[in-house]
Amino acid sequence: MSELSVAAAPPVKSFSFIVRLLRHAAVPILSVLTAVLIGAVIIALAGYDPVMAYVGLLDGAFGNTAGLTRTLVKMTPLVFSGLSVAFAFKGGLFNIGAQGQLVMGSVLSAWVGFAVAVDLGDPVLSTIVHVSLALLAGALGGLLWGAIPGILKAYTGAHEVITTIMFNYIATNFISWLLYAGSPAEGIPPGPFNDGNGVIARTPTIMPTAQLPVIYDPPGPQFLHLGLFLALITAILVGVLVSKLKFGFELRMVGLNPTAARYSGISVKRITIMTMVIAGALAGLAGAMQTLGVNYRYEPNQSLGLGFTAITVALLGGGDPLGVVLSAFLFGVMDAGSTRMQFNSGVPSEIIVVIQALILMFVAAEQMIRSLYRIKAEGDTGQRLSTGWGQR
Amino acid sequence: MLSILTGTAANRRTAIASGVGLAVILVVAFLAAGAVGPAIVVAVINASIRNMVPIAFGALSGIFSERSGIVNIGIEGMMLMAAYVGFMINVALSVPGVSPILQTEPVRLGLSILGGVLAGGILGLFHALLSIRYRVDQIISGTVINMLALGLTGYFYLPGATTLGRLPPVVVNPFSADSGILFWLGEILFKKGIITYLMFALVIASTIGLFRTVWGLRTRAVGEHPRAADTLGINVHRLQYRNLFFSGCLAGLGGVFLTLEAVGTFERGMTNGRGFIALAVMIFGKWHPLGAAAGALLFGFATALQGQLQFFNINVPHQFVGMLPYLLTVIVLAGFVGRARPPAHVGKPYEIE
Repeated sequence: MSELSVAAAPPVKSFSFIVRLLRHAAVPILSVLTAVLIGAVIIALAGYDPVMAYVGLLDGAFGNTAGLTRTLVKMTPLVFSGLSVAFAFKGGLFNIGAQGQLVMGSVLSAWVGFAVAVDLGDPVLSTIVHVSLALLAGALGGLLWGAIPGILKAYTGAHEVITTIMFNYIATNFISWLLYAGSPAEGIPPGPFNDGNGVIARTPTIMPTAQLPVIYDPPGPQFLHLGLFLALITAILVGVLVSKLKFGFELRMVGLNPTAARYSGISVKRITIMTMVIAGALAGLAGAMQTLGVNYRYEPNQSLGLGFTAITVALLGGGDPLGVVLSAFLFGVMDAGSTRMQFNSGVPSEIIVVIQALILMFVAAEQMIRSLYRIKAEGDTGQRLSTGWGQR
Repeated sequence: MLSILTGTAANRRTAIASGVGLAVILVVAFLAAGAVGPAIVVAVINASIRNMVPIAFGALSGIFSERSGIVNIGIEGMMLMAAYVGFMINVALSVPGVSPILQTEPVRLGLSILGGVLAGGILGLFHALLSIRYRVDQIISGTVINMLALGLTGYFYLPGATTLGRLPPVVVNPFSADSGILFWLGEILFKKGIITYLMFALVIASTIGLFRTVWGLRTRAVGEHPRAADTLGINVHRLQYRNLFFSGCLAGLGGVFLTLEAVGTFERGMTNGRGFIALAVMIFGKWHPLGAAAGALLFGFATALQGQLQFFNINVPHQFVGMLPYLLTVIVLAGFVGRARPPAHVGKPYEIE
């Protein structure tokens, strides 16, 4: 018996690691390929040329240094917001409110950017302090918008799926008031954060000291800002927090079984609130990336749907920080390439949403891919991130 | 009457709460009528009902699905797809050259409603297939449906498509303008499209169905304890597939209401979060059709106030008025409803042994 198991063990350890990795990645890779193939059929159905569309997509996302930069810039906020949703999943909460938290963070960071002047003599020092303050404000804006549903959940049992959705709408209205351009003809004054242009709802531009430093500036309008590295560092920190620290253990325990967690002496209320606080802060940072790194002001359409894409990014990433980074990259590619695709081949960019949905479906329904490509299952298949409306 | 519609004490409380809520709205309406005149009050009530319809259908859809143990956050997508398909059938039948029989109002709009509702039902079956056969996390499966619907309807969207018209009111107001209160009551009770009346009928029907029929008992048993239901010989999965089809059809009715009765055209992403609000309303109503209908009306009322508040001479920035329905939902949920108890087995896949 012992001889048998020795013989069955793979001879080279590093080689077995690669095989395991490949086997692990086979389903996601085949899911993407299958989704892309079905996408091609849909593109052809509407009378467009799928090859031209995909060449355009890849060209827009990787074609040159500008394309790659665009991909990385699009990916950055998705890492933060994807982490936000994934983190909440770990604690057994479904944060549909990333969108609201994100825009609140975005606006608050813009406010610190345009209303607070930081001049410490040295421009480098001023930038460090101002950017940090603005990022902090972004995190704070999201934190507040996440904490309220967290507190409501902990103390009244109001379900976070509902309250966070409602808070998305409340944020939209609140920000629309803050940014309201006013109506000079009717004598209606502009909102408190409007730059006074009289027509467009937007904040003033932030000061140069509040702009995230540009680390790479290829030819063309795109440039890469520091945010990408902040995002990657945050992913590592979240990973450590969830899997190595006591708080992370408590968080996962509450996520898996709140009743058991309560009996073992964990304060489920405290963990619930902290989960939403951190998830909110992460989403707020995603919003701050757009304001401080790309737009240099807040305009309502800069973050359209980012918080909802975050849900898909988190689900596709399996709720795991590394997975979130990889799926954020994939979504960054599609986001960055979609404009070029539409321009080159005329295919409406909505096809991207269809392909993303199919990828998510195939990844989640592993069995479909496995039976399609005759891959043997290993261990437990199928993700279980949520347990319905899980009581606590 | 109440005891016919509801079974347990908790359900009765929900029904009583809805009744009290309705009474309060009526009293407020009566007082407001003295202050601002009946025309505005009637306009607010009618707008409330108009806003209520898709949300009530969405909430019923959620109840059918969750009472049989499957979380449905794909209501938004089912609604959107049904809205699109219903509209496109109407467009296709409105083109000159289609046989005149097909173009007559009842046939054309009947087929459009049917097509849209079936599209919703098919997505419901798809949700069931992913959740039951492929054991996909039900939240993921719902998200997939939302994205597919948003993407596909946006991709195949035809800007500027026209139709021969939308659903007309079923009955005109039989009272003349000088008959006072009767006229205003008539303005509320009549002059609505068929889908609005269908909504009220289905709220009652599904209440009776869930709490007074064998099907309802089986459905609730599957949602609470599928193993026990299975042991008693109920085919759990078949019931879930069937109920998910109904659930999709109900969401579909909410969708076709938008494109065939209320608005008349399709716009990208036009459901605009109604499917999610419907989920809120479902929880608000504690998974009971009457409670959900009351919640949908409350939400519709708060939305309607938005459009009419200017007539009440209250000077608040319109954005704050816009928050009203959402704030109200949060306050009611946190303050009055508290811990809503979902069906015990909702969200977990059930495997037959």
